[in-house]
Amino acid sequence: QAEVEETLKRIQTHKGVIGTIVVNAEGIPIRTTLDNSTTVQYAGLLHQLTMKARSTVRDIDPQNDLTFLRIRSKKHEIMVAPDKEYMLIVIQNPSE
Amino acid sequence: HVYLLLSKCVGLLYSSASSLPSRCFRCKDIDVLPTLKLSCFPTALTMEIVYVYTKKRNEFGRQCNFSDRSAELHVDILPDPSLAVNFIERDPCDVPIQCTQEMSEHEVNTERFESDTRGINHVEGGWPKDVNPHEMEQTIRFRKKVEKDENYISTVMQLGNNMEHCIKQNNAIDIYREYFEEEEVVEESEVQPSAKTINVFRDPNEVKRTASSLSWHPDGSRKLAVAYSSLEFQKVSKDMSLNSYIWDIENPNKPEMTLKPVSPLVCLEYNPKDCHILVGGSYNGQIAYWDTRKGSQPVEMSTIEHSHRDPVYRVIWLQSKTGTDTFSASTDGQVLWWDIRKMSEPTERLILDPNKKGNLDNALGAISLEFETTMPTKFMVGTEQGLVVSCNRKAKTPAEKIVCMYSGHHGPIYALQRNPFFPKNFLTVADWTARIWSEDIKESSIMWTKYHTAYLSDGSWSPVRPSVFFTIKMDGTLDVWDFLFKQNDPTLSVKVCDEALNSLRVQDNGHFLACGSQLGTVTLLEISSGLCTLQKNEKALATAMFERETKREKILEARHREMRLKERSRSEQSKEEDTKEGDGEESPEELITRIEKDFYEIVEAELKKRDKGEEKKVADAIKSD
Repeated sequence: QAEVEETLKRIQTHKGVIGTIVVNAEGIPIRTTLDNSTTVQYAGLLHQLTMKARSTVRDIDPQNDLTFLRIRSKKHEIMVAPDKEYMLIVIQNPSE
Repeated sequence: HVYLLLSKCVGLLYSSASSLPSRCFRCKDIDVLPTLKLSCFPTALTMEIVYVYTKKRNEFGRQCNFSDRSAELHVDILPDPSLAVNFIERDPCDVPIQCTQEMSEHEVNTERFESDTRGINHVEGGWPKDVNPHEMEQTIRFRKKVEKDENYISTVMQLGNNMEHCIKQNNAIDIYREYFEEEEVVEESEVQPSAKTINVFRDPNEVKRTASSLSWHPDGSRKLAVAYSSLEFQKVSKDMSLNSYIWDIENPNKPEMTLKPVSPLVCLEYNPKDCHILVGGSYNGQIAYWDTRKGSQPVEMSTIEHSHRDPVYRVIWLQSKTGTDTFSASTDGQVLWWDIRKMSEPTERLILDPNKKGNLDNALGAISLEFETTMPTKFMVGTEQGLVVSCNRKAKTPAEKIVCMYSGHHGPIYALQRNPFFPKNFLTVADWTARIWSEDIKESSIMWTKYHTAYLSDGSWSPVRPSVFFTIKMDGTLDVWDFLFKQNDPTLSVKVCDEALNSLRVQDNGHFLACGSQLGTVTLLEISSGLCTLQKNEKALATAMFERETKREKILEARHREMRLKERSRSEQSKEEDTKEGDGEESPEELITRIEKDFYEIVEAELKKRDKGEEKKVADAIKSD
């Protein structure tokens, strides 16, 4: 469990990272470095998007699966690493 | 008294006799006894008398006797003021009356709809039933429980690794930044330079002659004038036709027009100002001019006494107000100026005597002429001896006419042309090389091609690209050189035909060119667009290239001059030195001069050795031909 802490801490201290969220399959944020309302917003919205993305990938090729989702926007990049039970969301600002 | 006749026609209605009045209305005393035949049933339209009222005749006729009576007052009701007590007088009031539809006004108010502004809060869902999302304690406890889960730990570790990789990726390259902003996209012309034969025009005569000169129609280049002659010495046969033709480039089967000179034409030029006029120089030295509107015969020819003594190799139109001036050059050593309106005598004459004495015996034979309309006072002549003579037209004395001479070629200069973009540089084509010269450097050319295996017979700059020029060789190949791209070899080499090529002319747009061969076949070629579109920066690069080469030659020239001077002074000094033996100690200056002298001697010796080596190379090249 200490490793988890360490990993998350390390991710957070990378250059440009704004926030980190760990969400479970029900959309409950387990671990977050952002404030509650933002976290909840991200968790809810990204969860749905990830589901949609995964279903798209699987529709195209049933044996394929979604491993990573990156959304690049003008302001920053949202990276989602989905899993069966949990989801790791990181928001990074790459161009500093 | 009234008879009431009720006709049956009226109908059913009258059924009962008892309802009939038994009295007359007016005089009540008469009984009208209804004697009627009642019939209830309507019969067809017969006027049957239904009721008959009878009255005795004697009861009739009592006249109405009207009599006057006095007015009788029957009723008189007088106003009773006492009755007024029961009433109250009212103020006069205005009562409007109008005759319209009666309407009424009514107000209605609907029930108020209550609206409210609200925000929706995304409430985190999914909390299990036993956890109250609002209770901090419970949520924290739940979270802690999850964090202890094995699955959670392993998942987060794995995801974390992935994520880290991507984060690092992002940090490594800033994807939002504009790299390579300043660099312009380099347009790579991937098209290989190529030339395509469009049309071939063959000499329609049996005995084939050389196509010795070509000239494009000045307006749109739809026609090509070709001069045919046989340049080989004394090979003219009786059957050989004297004609030259004007071809329409679309129709290679038959020439559009024939020009019939007295002697075969060696050169032919369209007048750039008037597209119907052509001037031609013939084998016997005469100049003639044609007007295409007037037919195949020349309009006028120059007199034999005043013409050239040798074939006229080149004739060029001059820039003048009247547009009728030309000048011609021939191997007899003369350059003659003509006004085509008066062909009996040349307007001016120049003898190419290098000693500037006007001696015809010494004169150099002229093979090519150069005239650029932007520089109307200067012109250049290329000679059989390999010298280019630069002349000034406006000079007062014939001696001053010849300004300078450029040497460097080993054979007759077949082509001489200034670069249309850089008039200070001109191209000469002679012997086995093509050379580019700068006007300022008289000792040698600034750039040259390698020595080829075949003799070069004609050349020309491209009118659209400053660094491209064309040359043709006696083995039938056409070379396209792009000096900015490659200087050692032609950029494009095309074998046009098996026999030797003699003449070349590029169209004004630089896209098409025509070359004439020894057997009179004129081939029309189209060059790929890469070679005839001006590249970016080309002018600047070409300028830089020419300047650089000119500078190099200048430096070399200066060095040569210096060395010659040294050589001369050394030969003088050596005579003095013989007397000055046993000098004693040399002062520092003398030491320096002595060291300098030694140095120069060594350099000179080296140069001489190198020159000898080059000469040998040239000799070898000549021998191999």
